[in-house]
Amino acid sequence: MTATIDWYVALSAILFTIGALGVLLRRSAIIVFMCIELMLNSANLLFVAFARSLGDLHGQVLVFFVIVVAAAEVAVGLALIVTIFRTKRSINIDEINLLKG
Amino acid sequence: MGDPLVFGILAIVAIVAALMMVTSRNAVHSALWLVLNFATIAVFYVVLNAPFIAMVQITVYAGAIMVLFLFVIMLLGAEQLRGTGVSSRGERFHQAVAALLGVMLITAVTLALMNREGAGGGTAVPTMPITSPQELGLILFETYVFPFEVTGVLLLAAIIGVAIFTLRKKRGTAV
Repeated sequence: MTATIDWYVALSAILFTIGALGVLLRRSAIIVFMCIELMLNSANLLFVAFARSLGDLHGQVLVFFVIVVAAAEVAVGLALIVTIFRTKRSINIDEINLLKG
Repeated sequence: MGDPLVFGILAIVAIVAALMMVTSRNAVHSALWLVLNFATIAVFYVVLNAPFIAMVQITVYAGAIMVLFLFVIMLLGAEQLRGTGVSSRGERFHQAVAALLGVMLITAVTLALMNREGAGGGTAVPTMPITSPQELGLILFETYVFPFEVTGVLLLAAIIGVAIFTLRKKRGTAV
């Protein structure tokens, strides 16, 4: 007996859901960003698992692109958080409501 | 695709680390739990015959990105910001709705992925040698040259954007 692709699918779904719940429930912008990273990672895990399952290396190459985009996103996002913190003295996403009608 | 025992242990560590990351009150603790989660995923990559991706995961994710997170947390002194000062009205309601949506999401994702074409029957996993960086590089620079170059532009845009965001504006000078 060996672990099949379905196990990885289930694990990835669980991790993705934990990340999504974190985005919905936490109000610290930094934690929300970390949860987004968690969701990206669960997708990466699924890419590599399917690459292994199908014997196709292209899935592994796609992981690189996901990592690059995540790195760029984190850099810009954290810069935004720092800038918002400077002006509003808070990173509570409930208080960032200037665009609220 | 891995021993069930190894998979079980790693899966438990990954899920517990993720849960602790979401529920942790201290942002630094959250970041450290996330590092543990990333490391576990890297071990998964090794199990899945992708050691190079595992190393990239450790260096880029657990190394660079999480260090950036920790720097920002400590720079802002945001360790103990509870994310809330006064508990807003209807907060419980929001949490209940979020939990319901989360349960619905995991149900939908699991059902969609379990009922996909060819699920369950695919026991014949092809034998695949451990991926060498050379093979990955060949695919990357033969099939995916254009996306690779686009990522270069993306990173440049990110660098310029971050510089513009964080430049301290001197008073009286237009930026």
